[in-house]
Amino acid sequence: MRVWLTLALWFATWLLWSGLYKPLLINLGVLSCLLTLLIARRMGFFGPDVFSLHLTGRLVPFWGWLSKELVKSNIEVARIVLSPRMIISPTVVNLQALPKGRVSQAILGNAITLTPGTVTIDDYEGQLIVHCLTCDGARTLQAGEMNRRAAALER
Amino acid sequence: MQIWLDGISFVMFIGGGAFVLIGGVGVLRMPDLYTRMHAASLTDTMGTLLILGGVIVQAGFSLAAIKLVAIALFLLVTGPTATYALANAALLSGVRPDAQTLDGESAS
Repeated sequence: MRVWLTLALWFATWLLWSGLYKPLLINLGVLSCLLTLLIARRMGFFGPDVFSLHLTGRLVPFWGWLSKELVKSNIEVARIVLSPRMIISPTVVNLQALPKGRVSQAILGNAITLTPGTVTIDDYEGQLIVHCLTCDGARTLQAGEMNRRAAALER
Repeated sequence: MQIWLDGISFVMFIGGGAFVLIGGVGVLRMPDLYTRMHAASLTDTMGTLLILGGVIVQAGFSLAAIKLVAIALFLLVTGPTATYALANAALLSGVRPDAQTLDGESAS
């Protein structure tokens, strides 16, 4: 069921984006969808706690908030890089991930890495190790707003 | 109208280029591996977003714009994944971050 749904979605995307309905291109589309399916299956994409199309709707507000944070921290890091003395205070934080699922934990880890100034360097069973460029960034992270928002994706 | 659109994408291109440049400068200036990664992530967030945004403004409401948005999303998902792979590989192969913990003691 999940496999067919995904296949239909991918093939519809291919048709929409290619916009050319020649037999050759349609065959190529079917072929590449099947190949992707094979690889995704091998990676365990259709497992019970990995397949997560239901998150899609809740991702949009999360992305909105994330892009605001992105702009802020980009300007912050750019200012640090350009300042003549470059005052940094590298800090390592251990963070207990609030999201329980594997996918939402990956989303949290990636969101942390995506914002400049914080990089997730390890995730072992929900224990994230995060490297922060400044001490302030580490405190903001530990205040945990991103953690809470990522956890809210699951419900 | 067209001149406004051109103006907007002009500003976005300049801004994106500036962020890519600053990211490059940062990679050279930062002291060690992990701090360099922070600088590099300027390039693949604001740099990418502003430059692709400028192209999207030029494309207008069309299929091309949707494809560009999709490219931006793919880059925003794969970028941090690659960064994580690099950082985690460095950590596992024993590159200790030269950093403090929040309580003030040294992590390494």
